[in-house]
Amino acid sequence: MQIIFEKRESVSRQAVILVPIVSFLVSLLFGAILLALSGANPFITYGAMFSGAFGTWNRFTETLVKAIPLMLTGLGVSIAFRMRFWNIGAEGQLTLGGVAAAGVALYLSQGLPGWLVLLLCILAGCIAGAIWAGVPAILKAYLKVDETLTTLMLNYVAILFSEQLYYVSWRAPGYNSGTAPFPETAWLPRIAGRAHIGLFFAIILAGILWFVFNRTRWGFELKIIGENQTAARYLGIDIERNIVLAILLSGAISGLAGASEVLGIARRLQQGLSVGYGYTAIIVAWMAQLNPIVILFVGILMAALLVGGDQIQMKMRLPAAVGLVLQGMILIPMLAGSIFTEYHIRIIRPQKTGVEAEA
Amino acid sequence: MTEFSALLTSILTITLQAGTSLTYATLGEIYTERSGVLNLGLEGMMLLGAVTAFATSYYTDNPWLAVLVAIIVGGLLATVHAFLTVTMRANQVVSGLSITLFGTGMANFLGQRLGPPEYGGNLVGLVAESFRPTPIPFLSGIPVLGALFKQDILTYGLYILIPLAWYYLYKTRNGLNLRAVGEDPQTADAMGINVFQVRYLYTIFGGMLVGLGGAHLSLAYAPGWTENITGGRGWIVIALVIFAMWNPARAILGAILFGGINAVQFRLQAAGTTFPAAVLNMLPYLLTIIVLVIMTWWEALSKRVGAPAALSKAYMREDK
Repeated sequence: MQIIFEKRESVSRQAVILVPIVSFLVSLLFGAILLALSGANPFITYGAMFSGAFGTWNRFTETLVKAIPLMLTGLGVSIAFRMRFWNIGAEGQLTLGGVAAAGVALYLSQGLPGWLVLLLCILAGCIAGAIWAGVPAILKAYLKVDETLTTLMLNYVAILFSEQLYYVSWRAPGYNSGTAPFPETAWLPRIAGRAHIGLFFAIILAGILWFVFNRTRWGFELKIIGENQTAARYLGIDIERNIVLAILLSGAISGLAGASEVLGIARRLQQGLSVGYGYTAIIVAWMAQLNPIVILFVGILMAALLVGGDQIQMKMRLPAAVGLVLQGMILIPMLAGSIFTEYHIRIIRPQKTGVEAEA
Repeated sequence: MTEFSALLTSILTITLQAGTSLTYATLGEIYTERSGVLNLGLEGMMLLGAVTAFATSYYTDNPWLAVLVAIIVGGLLATVHAFLTVTMRANQVVSGLSITLFGTGMANFLGQRLGPPEYGGNLVGLVAESFRPTPIPFLSGIPVLGALFKQDILTYGLYILIPLAWYYLYKTRNGLNLRAVGEDPQTADAMGINVFQVRYLYTIFGGMLVGLGGAHLSLAYAPGWTENITGGRGWIVIALVIFAMWNPARAILGAILFGGINAVQFRLQAAGTTFPAAVLNMLPYLLTIIVLVIMTWWEALSKRVGAPAALSKAYMREDK
């Protein structure tokens, strides 16, 4: 018996939709087995996670609170992933975006008109995120330095830098850690509960990115670079410049995520800014198959797993990490399933005549 | 003078302690990458190795059994990676990332679930049987270098494993086959080497060493379990492989360098310097980037660095 893979001419539409859904179900099944083995009832646990994330209006707004940074960083890394630039530095870009927004809010906001303060804070966050992604982008584009490592290492640098600020340099007198609260002019308006207008940023950006990827020449160029660099060069596309520009945008969006987080939620720089959104963003982007609109919904799903995980920790004394396990598990069947979107699979049985069926 | 040699001894000791887990994982990843498979799942594999090893030692009082469990856990996760990338031809970068994300979540879950019920299942703060330094008589008495022989048994294991790993890769038929698969799978296949089998074999073998590296953290270097006990070591290893230029004999160099930074940091903090700790803590990560830039630049110049040519490319037989 022989199994043959034939590359499809175009990706299978059915598989594109089915694979992520089946993967999520497989992940739930795996989680259920794990929960059962550790002595918890999986149905009750999942039920509690679901009602913990969506059960009441309040809880739903909390799910949105966590979904906003996941949507934004998911959108950010999806731009990079389209070009096969493995930006796994969204966490650091988010952290630095938050730091920059906090810096402006705390130290540069005096005497400025109110509307300008918030705008400057957000802009600072975007620029900081862009710079933090730009360094690996330039190293990659012009020196061919592997971006997986540079983006990741810069996460640790950014997080340590932010800790230095809120534990030491910017610490407000009278606090063990954390800066002074921001002036009210730097507060990002909230929509419902703690959910803030970062949600609108995410929705608008998703729409813009969808348009750019599908309807503009630049989107087309990025797509070609991701699929086939040789072809891109023959078409006269400036690969280096495009990589740097796209990654600057990618970092800016993650920086925006960090800025909205500090300006909309804590409204001061403190511990808890870097909680792994930048890593979960990779799952969000990949599960959504880099489609910006789908990223919004996957962002809510992943946020629900986090909020649901917290709820079962509080109510059932089960580890909140259940949510992380489910998140981490999703990609594995998805990757195995991606073969169905890109290949036809044929099974050839050897003939009884004894002729070797050698392909 | 004696004070200076005491300082050197202490730096060397801490360097080796900090470098052991890095070196095991580096050796493992060198073998994996030599077969043409890039595994970015090390961080998750080390974490899961560390937590399972610690739990095993806690319940059985047998650190050897604990090491074995970590080796098996590392091998199992690597099998998943091999299945996804070799059989299912998934993207190696994304597959490795998913292993890391899964391993991290799973390690955190187990860390809160494997512990005794009276602690609510939590493993944090418990004490288990660990590997203590066992000085070798006579050799450990040598000034400064005696520090090499005042280590735990897993560190001694490296002194044997490194030459063996080098010999196997460069001086044996199997090692030649392995290198051939990583350089040019098409030709290796034509020579009658089973590319898929070789990639599975060394990805799993590599994973086992990575799991062992994780076990050293929770059983010897920092006995106990804390969430994120690896602190990014799994990622630093990816850089150390490049630093070692895929040569097992040089695997120790990077570990010494990075372990050394840990040691110096430790000394400086003990001496109570006013130098901000954050800057020191950033050093290993910044240094990784600098090393990477230099190595990449050097490779472009001389082509002698030796990244396996087929690294991170899926092999498809029909493409012949």
